[in-house]
Amino acid sequence: MRRALPVALWLLALALCAVQVARTRFVADLSSFLPAAPTPEQRLLVDELREGAFSRVMILAIEGSDAATRARLSRALAARLAADPRFASVQDGAAEGFARDKDFAFAHRYALSPEVNAQRFGEAGLRAAISDTISLLASPAGALVKPLVLRDPTGETLALLESLRPAHAPRSVEGVWASPDATRALLVATTRAGGSDIDGQALAMEDAHGAFDAAVREIGANASAARLLMTGPGVLSVRSRSLVKHDVERFSVLGLAIVATLLLLVYRSPLALALGLVPVATGALVGIAAVSLGFGVVHGITLGFGTTLIGEAVDYSIYLFVQAGRGERAGDAAWLARFWPTIRLGVLTSIAGFSALLFSGLPGLAQLGLYSIAGLAAAALATRFVLPRLLPARFQVRDLSAPGHALESAARSASRLRAGVAALAGAALVVLLVKHAQVWDPDIASLNPVPAADRALDAELRAALGASDARSMVIVRASSEQAALEGAERAGRALDPLVERGRLGAYQSPARFLPSLATQRSRLASLPDPATLRARLKPALAGLALRPERLEPFVEDVAHAREAPPVTRATLAGSSFAAALDGMLFHDAAGGWTAVLGLAPEKPGTPIDARAVREALAKANVAGASFLDLKDELDRLYSGYLHRALAMSAIGLVAIVALLFLALRSASRVATVMAPLAAGVAVVAAAHVLLGTRLSILHLVGLLLVVAVGSNYALFFDRLAFAASTGTPRTLASLALANATTVASFGLLAFSSIPVLHAIGSTVAAGAFATLVFAAALAREPGYNCAASGAAR
Amino acid sequence: MSSRRSRLALARAAALALALLACTAARAAWNVDALMALLHAHPPKRAHFDEQKSVSILDRPLDSSGELVFTPPDRLEKHVTSPGEERIVADRDRLVVERGGRRQVVDFREHPEVAVLIESIRGTLAGDRAALERIYDLSLSGAQGSWRLVLVPREASLRSLVARVAIEGSGAEVQRVEIEQADGDRSLMQIRPEK
Repeated sequence: MRRALPVALWLLALALCAVQVARTRFVADLSSFLPAAPTPEQRLLVDELREGAFSRVMILAIEGSDAATRARLSRALAARLAADPRFASVQDGAAEGFARDKDFAFAHRYALSPEVNAQRFGEAGLRAAISDTISLLASPAGALVKPLVLRDPTGETLALLESLRPAHAPRSVEGVWASPDATRALLVATTRAGGSDIDGQALAMEDAHGAFDAAVREIGANASAARLLMTGPGVLSVRSRSLVKHDVERFSVLGLAIVATLLLLVYRSPLALALGLVPVATGALVGIAAVSLGFGVVHGITLGFGTTLIGEAVDYSIYLFVQAGRGERAGDAAWLARFWPTIRLGVLTSIAGFSALLFSGLPGLAQLGLYSIAGLAAAALATRFVLPRLLPARFQVRDLSAPGHALESAARSASRLRAGVAALAGAALVVLLVKHAQVWDPDIASLNPVPAADRALDAELRAALGASDARSMVIVRASSEQAALEGAERAGRALDPLVERGRLGAYQSPARFLPSLATQRSRLASLPDPATLRARLKPALAGLALRPERLEPFVEDVAHAREAPPVTRATLAGSSFAAALDGMLFHDAAGGWTAVLGLAPEKPGTPIDARAVREALAKANVAGASFLDLKDELDRLYSGYLHRALAMSAIGLVAIVALLFLALRSASRVATVMAPLAAGVAVVAAAHVLLGTRLSILHLVGLLLVVAVGSNYALFFDRLAFAASTGTPRTLASLALANATTVASFGLLAFSSIPVLHAIGSTVAAGAFATLVFAAALAREPGYNCAASGAAR
Repeated sequence: MSSRRSRLALARAAALALALLACTAARAAWNVDALMALLHAHPPKRAHFDEQKSVSILDRPLDSSGELVFTPPDRLEKHVTSPGEERIVADRDRLVVERGGRRQVVDFREHPEVAVLIESIRGTLAGDRAALERIYDLSLSGAQGSWRLVLVPREASLRSLVARVAIEGSGAEVQRVEIEQADGDRSLMQIRPEK
């Protein structure tokens, strides 16, 4: 019973965890690394990144073949995507802007045109507007207005379409948008799925590929030489998810293989190997289940930590198997008495370190923290309570005393390195002090799992489109749709002078697509009744080439417009106006409404004068309006959380020291344990800085892992110094083996193309090796003070 | 003195002979390619224009005059000074009409009915046969000293808008552009180069 109960409980726990893991949803977008409980502005920022217009943009480029074929492919692709329900809109430049909805604009011109007011429909206003139209009629653009003149002589349809025109248009080759060097045809689509709906985005990408292949088949000839490129926030999320998945799978398998090979070489027993991996598997399963329970979703990066756990959790079974003395049974009372307190202390210090992540305020990091804490605790418990009971009678791995003796003499000579280690750590500290401004990377992009090449393509295609990068915007929050639209109109009026003075290139506003009811009413009320209009037209047209009698259709339309109901969201349904509006006017779950006015700089690629915009909004006193720069805001957020994580790590460090002090009850012993850890962290950080890599929040995670792994080494050296001297060779052998597995599995991770995994891998592999060497060098001689140790325990 | 006069006479005769030779050679090869090469080699920079346009819905023809500025290969600016100030710029794929602080942008890709008008003049001034032939069938009559190039849109949809464009000129100088639209509207532009 005593033997079966822990095993039964363990099996039950594993089963429950497996059920939880099976029900888990896995995500991979960067927004998991955004704060959980943000301010309203930050929440908006996160919503905008997850669901906003910006997140739905998909940029497609066709390269290869020749310009004419690319143009035909572009048109064919646009036609197919336009018919695809997964896409809200697609533009290839063949028909720019909202000209496709000319009929819609014409039908609702008096409610929607920004030019409609009482002045324009007075005698002088009519004369000026109609004179303009007549001269436009005489210009090469005359063909455009000719069909509309008699119904729309004041040019409202064109004024409306003009107000919706994007600020900067890309180059056109063979009638479709193209890159500046004319080697690629460009299209812009918006998906119905939000950017954080990665499955939806993946389906949209599949559709785009399918449509492109079909277009290639349809056009035939040399179309097959053409290639489709895609980018956009959703596309990058899909890519990074598959990349993270790929790397996580590959490195987990490879890491496991290397560790298994290493253990097999040492143990020479498949059974020992299988049993040795029990804590690892338990830890990984419990860790994922804990994150799934705690957060609802599991980030791909967290899974990447599966590999890291192999590196540390396998150590426990190594300590258990290798440290058992000759004739002793692994995990027996003697081992428990001698080694378990040390391992337990190591686990507790690791947990103290990882708690820093748990309270970092970033869900992504908190996931890593919870995963590590739950995983390590489970692995240690499995090693302590389950593994010994699973071992067959007389289970023993190969005695590693012989290599242990070699290690022992190596460890003795390591003490000669003491001065060198001190000098190295001192130099590292000097580097960190001198370059303290360049140690941490304040750019959130350092967390981005998207490879640099993909990001470069993204930037290139965006620049080619001349599209605003959608990073600067004015946000208006209100309690109702109408209030949001009215706020957007007021904000727009505040921005107009900036546009006129050239401080701002342009801005887009939802109120241009759907003016507030108040604005529409005031526009329609400014329209004169038929008799008044006729009476005004006569003097207004005196001397012009257009007789008033010809404008009866105009009088008729104005009369209709006065009676027509105002335009609502429902009126827009199905038009490209609706798709545009969906990306600018949001209704949130709490019942609030948000209007987003995208800002475009005067020249593409130059920054927006944020101060001028803020001042204009403040002066106009637009309620609920604020200026938001996504990139700046994100960087601010990130650096805030980096600082918080650093502060939490400091608290974690204090907790570790307190824990060690409680267990060892000697300041000098605590110092001896902490010294190699501090030196290891300093040297690894300084090496990164010297190699030009700025540390991100993920390197911090790596450094915490170094402390977690290294604390075990340092504690064992401490135990060797203060406990009975028997078993020193085996303890050293177990440390060497544990270190080899850690360095191998993390070193492997350093080859990942994902910056996050690479950062952790390179930090921990180097750090684990350095802390072991430093611990050996800085440790007191084995058996240094048996009496003191006896007193301490 | 006499030797100098005779030398001068000789030089004149030689020049005349050369000119005649050049003329015959030119006449012998006078075709669309020759015209395009000539236009291409001597693009006009600035010219004065007078235009008369009749539009059916208007009661009388519209007269305007001003300056044309052509920057090869694809920027044509029309600066109207009478009856009012107006600036019309065709640049690449866009037409921008500016008048009294108001700006109207027309994208040629959206509006082939506008592109078809601009391209006839711009393509001819640039001597860009390929650009012209993308849209029109060309036929040339007359001689280098007085030629007439008639452009008829290839596509039926464009022919239903623009019946034909007739451009007349002398040598590298474009003097007259006449546009006949399918609905009977027409315009006539006379061009005088500025010195």
